Amino acid sequence: MANPGWGRRILRAEFALVVAFLYLPIAVVIGLSFNESGLPTAWTGFSLDWYASVVGNQGLLDAFRNTLVVGVVTTVVATVIGTLLAVGLERAVHSSLIDSVVYVPMIIPDIVLAIALLSFYNLVFSGLLHLQLGLWTVIIAHVVFDIAFVAVVVRTRLRHFDRSIEEASMDLGANELRTFLKITLPVIAPGVIAGGLLAFTLSFDEFIIAFFTKGTAETFPTKVYSMIRFGVTPEVNAIATFVFLVSITLVLVSQRLRGSEA
Amino acid sequence: MRRRLLLLGPAFGWWAVFLVLPVALVMVYSVFHRGTYGGVVPTFTLDNFARALNPLYLRVLLFSLRVAVITTVISLLIGYPAAYVIATLPRRWRTPVLVLVIMPFWTSLLIRTYAWIVLLSPKGLINNGLAGLGLIDGPLPLLYNEFAIILGLVYGYLPLMILPIYSSIERLHPELREASSDLGATPFRTFLRVTLPLTLPGIAAGCIFVFVPSLGNFIVPDLLGGGLSIMVGNLIQGQFLKARDWPFGAVLSLALIALMGVLLFAQAWLLERSRKQAIDG
Amino acid sequence: MNVPSRPTTGGRFAALLSVVALVVAACGAGASPAPTTAPTAAPTEGPTAAPTPAPTPEKPSGKIVVSNWDLYFPPDLIANFTAETGVEVEWSKHTTNEDIVGKLDASNGTGFDIVFVSAPFAEGLNNRGWAETLDHGRLANIGNLAPEADKLGYDPGNTFSVPYTWGTTGLCYRSDVVSFTPSSWNDMLQPKPELEKKMTALATDRWLLLPALKSLGYSVNETDPAHLDEAKALLIEAKKHLLAYDDTTFYSKLVSGDASLVVAWDGWCNYGIAENADIKFIVPSEGSDLWSDTMVVLKSSGNKTAAYAFIDYILRPDVAKTVVDLTLYKVPNPAAMALVDAATMTAFPNLGMSPADLLKGEPERDLGDAAPAWAQLVAEITAGQ
Repeated sequence: MANPGWGRRILRAEFALVVAFLYLPIAVVIGLSFNESGLPTAWTGFSLDWYASVVGNQGLLDAFRNTLVVGVVTTVVATVIGTLLAVGLERAVHSSLIDSVVYVPMIIPDIVLAIALLSFYNLVFSGLLHLQLGLWTVIIAHVVFDIAFVAVVVRTRLRHFDRSIEEASMDLGANELRTFLKITLPVIAPGVIAGGLLAFTLSFDEFIIAFFTKGTAETFPTKVYSMIRFGVTPEVNAIATFVFLVSITLVLVSQRLRGSEA
Repeated sequence: MRRRLLLLGPAFGWWAVFLVLPVALVMVYSVFHRGTYGGVVPTFTLDNFARALNPLYLRVLLFSLRVAVITTVISLLIGYPAAYVIATLPRRWRTPVLVLVIMPFWTSLLIRTYAWIVLLSPKGLINNGLAGLGLIDGPLPLLYNEFAIILGLVYGYLPLMILPIYSSIERLHPELREASSDLGATPFRTFLRVTLPLTLPGIAAGCIFVFVPSLGNFIVPDLLGGGLSIMVGNLIQGQFLKARDWPFGAVLSLALIALMGVLLFAQAWLLERSRKQAIDG
Repeated sequence: MNVPSRPTTGGRFAALLSVVALVVAACGAGASPAPTTAPTAAPTEGPTAAPTPAPTPEKPSGKIVVSNWDLYFPPDLIANFTAETGVEVEWSKHTTNEDIVGKLDASNGTGFDIVFVSAPFAEGLNNRGWAETLDHGRLANIGNLAPEADKLGYDPGNTFSVPYTWGTTGLCYRSDVVSFTPSSWNDMLQPKPELEKKMTALATDRWLLLPALKSLGYSVNETDPAHLDEAKALLIEAKKHLLAYDDTTFYSKLVSGDASLVVAWDGWCNYGIAENADIKFIVPSEGSDLWSDTMVVLKSSGNKTAAYAFIDYILRPDVAKTVVDLTLYKVPNPAAMALVDAATMTAFPNLGMSPADLLKGEPERDLGDAAPAWAQLVAEITAGQ
């Protein structure tokens, strides 16, 4: 049939353009990482020098590792708390006022949150408890806004969720927890995954809150920002490309594994 | 009751301690004086609020609103179809393709922004390419203007639009759409009458996810806008970090938060109404 | 990132959470070492009939936390210092003065032993009471500083700060592209048509206003509202001809040809000169500033002995010379400047600027109560029209 095929083709084309748009700067970054001069002004030859330089740059590698740790822990904590929150708001709250509370962390400007948290940490952690600021204080801060994002995304999935399956499950003898884990969670799983992905992405690239709350540790965004004095140094392009290639590999591998079990 | 505690407790508890308390402490500064060398003098004053009424700040706010709205609309127009395509892929491809769309955002935003500068500069890749092909005489002004700011913001926040929309499309039963077309509706009509209304929560979420950070962004107006037209985010940054005027920064932040709060509630109220209409109507 | 295809069951979740808990505990405990340790006690002299001799100076030890811009220490400086003295240095990187001072504001002047900040910010730290008053007796190499370095307006006698690098601000331009030789700030404020949209100006408040203030004959620390308004009008007009405000990549714009004339700090212009010998730097005839990046010991530091040792180390001519090599800035250390090799001095003429010439520039001072007015002014200039 001409009509549906035509519409679908337009959609697919649009999607392809979006992907091209998203990856255009990535292509530039990858290209620059292999450019001997490292500069966009001229291509002087293919080179792996910058990658070698990255491997030797302990500070950069440490910062990257820190960002991964922060990202993973933040994602896990925020996804759990955020999912619980989403379910709670959907089921146990019937006021749209309280519903909207979930957006509050997002509407606080990050510089305000950054300074507020540092002042607070200074008072409570450094001052009273004599604890050093570090990755853990960044994680606490990131979880604050990530909970909100996860909750919102999961809720979009929970709306109009057919509760009769849950009721049926409980009629058949399963308790609430079991029902939640075996019935509800699988249904909202794509939302939870999407929310988790979002949480990780937001934490991974976050600069200003991390800068103020990290103490003397270094995260990848803060490290990159501090290197910006001379414009993006080519090592940074190399590590960005490396991250990208690793992510692609992981995705392909996970596809393979799922394909084999599906 | 216990269930409510378990579900809502962790989130609200975390926010009470690490969000409300710290931010409230800073917001209190809005009625204090700025110390001569920075810092805060705890004498009560409303001067800061009076200062905020300067038309300069309104001007910056209106510009920021304009940019944020345009960014949100463009992101929605681009993002919805993309989310739709991903959500209607064969099941085993959805998550990987979603990750594919997200992956550029795991390379630092700063690095990607500098890549855009490489692309958009007067002697950058795009201009040089077009000139090389003989398509243009002089360089196109692609950078250090409002166009570049909007492009940078759309680029930066597109996944925040796509993810929630994907989530809400994905859970729609395909049978709904099939039923609609069985009853004779064209795909477009199905989309308009069935899919779109049911994915409104995802759209609303996506719009907020894009609008709010766009409004408060300071990096993009700085780097891609060349600092030539500041936005609200730059203003607030400036107060806290450059002028070291925390009281005034707190006032501007309060104004911004209040504005966004109002928009939020308006959005929630509209959503509630459309939901009720869908049920009653 | 491995994406689960099936939702995790309760069992797997619990396992994951306990692993996470362990990781967090490990990170929290191990990752952030204490910033300072108590200095070793000086050996005490026993009571004798003879007059008590001067106490032997404490040997530096332990650890210090230093905040400085990234890439602002020569690569081996810290390693060599640690090798010689045994003092560990943790280098915390900040991107701008505002960032590090913002942190100090929020932490009430604690968290670091030494901070490297530009002069007006150092003065600000001292005014807040966070800067340690320096005991020059503990800085054996302080005599290496140029005599002019003792006369810097924001801290005469270097009582709370020691200058690390210094220089001035001017116009950096492509001599092969620009048809005339720039000599005045007005060349940038009221530019010839050939410079339309081919110029950048500095974005940081103090240096954003500098060209206008100097061209009008005012101070870089101007507080008179009428004068500031005049400068504002000039700058709003000038903005129309700018390509962008740029603090960090203006020299590469010159190299690529995106810009022909930029407002620049002298050292930064050298980075452009290094890539294109046609680039030149001039200080406009109306005069300019004298900027300096300084080292400040914080009063809250718990290891001042090691902090003094670190600053003293940097004051050595051989060490300060490596700073010049890396940053292409001048250092206020004549012995160090003399060690810089001739090729470098020829390639980068502004390195040869004498301290006496530099002193003609006006140092930026902390603005005190005028800071909010300045911030508002800059906002008015940089707001869209």
